[in-house]
Amino acid sequence: MASGKGGTGKTTIVTNLARALALAGKIPVQVLDCDVEEPNAHLFLKPVFHEEEEVTLPVPEVDNNRCTGCGRCSEVCAFHALAVAGGKVITFPEMCHGCGGCTIACPAGAISEKPHRIGVVARGQAGRIDFAHGKIDVGVPLAPPVIRVVKKLAFKERLTLIDAPPGTSCPVVAAVKDSDFCLLVTEPTPFGLNDLRLAVGMVRELGVPFAVVINRSTLGDLRVERYCQREGIPILLKIPFDKGYAATYARGDCLVEEYPEWVTPFIGLWQEIERLVSQRARAAGN
Amino acid sequence: MKVAVTAQGKDATAAVDPRFGRCQYFVIADTAKNTFEAVANDNGVAGGAGVATAQALLNRGVEIVLTGNIGPNALRVLQGAGVKVYTTTAPTVQAALQQWQAGEAMLLSQANVGSHFGMGQGGNRW
Repeated sequence: MASGKGGTGKTTIVTNLARALALAGKIPVQVLDCDVEEPNAHLFLKPVFHEEEEVTLPVPEVDNNRCTGCGRCSEVCAFHALAVAGGKVITFPEMCHGCGGCTIACPAGAISEKPHRIGVVARGQAGRIDFAHGKIDVGVPLAPPVIRVVKKLAFKERLTLIDAPPGTSCPVVAAVKDSDFCLLVTEPTPFGLNDLRLAVGMVRELGVPFAVVINRSTLGDLRVERYCQREGIPILLKIPFDKGYAATYARGDCLVEEYPEWVTPFIGLWQEIERLVSQRARAAGN
Repeated sequence: MKVAVTAQGKDATAAVDPRFGRCQYFVIADTAKNTFEAVANDNGVAGGAGVATAQALLNRGVEIVLTGNIGPNALRVLQGAGVKVYTTTAPTVQAALQQWQAGEAMLLSQANVGSHFGMGQGGNRW
């Protein structure tokens, strides 16, 4: 689930879809909250966490006895995480992406790598739902490495629902990449439409098949629907604006539990996604 | 002595660019030879513009920097090589140099803005 615009309801769709599938009990489901700057799916699924690990990047450590101050490390670093001043290397670990280029390039063998913590990932269980999320440390600008670690925690061959961050930048790409399908959650407002267009451009670039869910569908105007029609983008679900739904969300509860009539539409949403994915697989096979 | 002034144009009459890492040009004045050299700054880098700019100035043997605002990383690199950084509000490169020569530019011992300030709105998110 991705969105472009923030606050459209990605987490609502992820958590309710997971709950509905768990209630139906047909297939094992896991949720990965990849919005590592501010994960919140756990507030709704309330997992019991049983495993936590640190995420680190290998950052350079310079041995001043060996360093000749030649500046090769600073030249190869695309992220300007090293500078040579007064014959000595100054490192900026917070800017390092952990590529290891400087270590390879150093002709004096003066650079070794040490782990630099950027966040944590945690795994837990929410009833029948396997759950994992990541959280980057305050002030760390690098979400994609943490997102990649969260995605590695996924059990293979199991339905995996990923809650992506908002926007269309690197963290979203890291979350959406390699998915079999992407649901774009939007709202019928000018902001919703603008950011939906950006998100559509992103998933097209990634080559991930996608469809749209319109949340708070009774607010705003029809421009999002018209846009989807024009572009041939299927709208798989609409959730109307309702004070009761908003109150359920605000309490940290799930729609499908408070309003059981929503179980069927969410199961239907899943079946429709499954149909579109297998349709595409067949088309690719031909 | 080489003095670099962050500038919006290529000569001594150009306006001072108040940004360090994201400045458009440097005008480097050689006080011994009384010559000027303009260098376009590669300010399109995604991140680490301050460090990259500081490194570029060090590589050119600059010893004095006159600018508006400078962040902590760039200043650390410059100070690491003993470069003195002054903040100026002078309108042009020429005026900034005169202000510095008259001893009226303010020497910075610490950064006067945070990281990413020169990217606008004081940050790089949205």
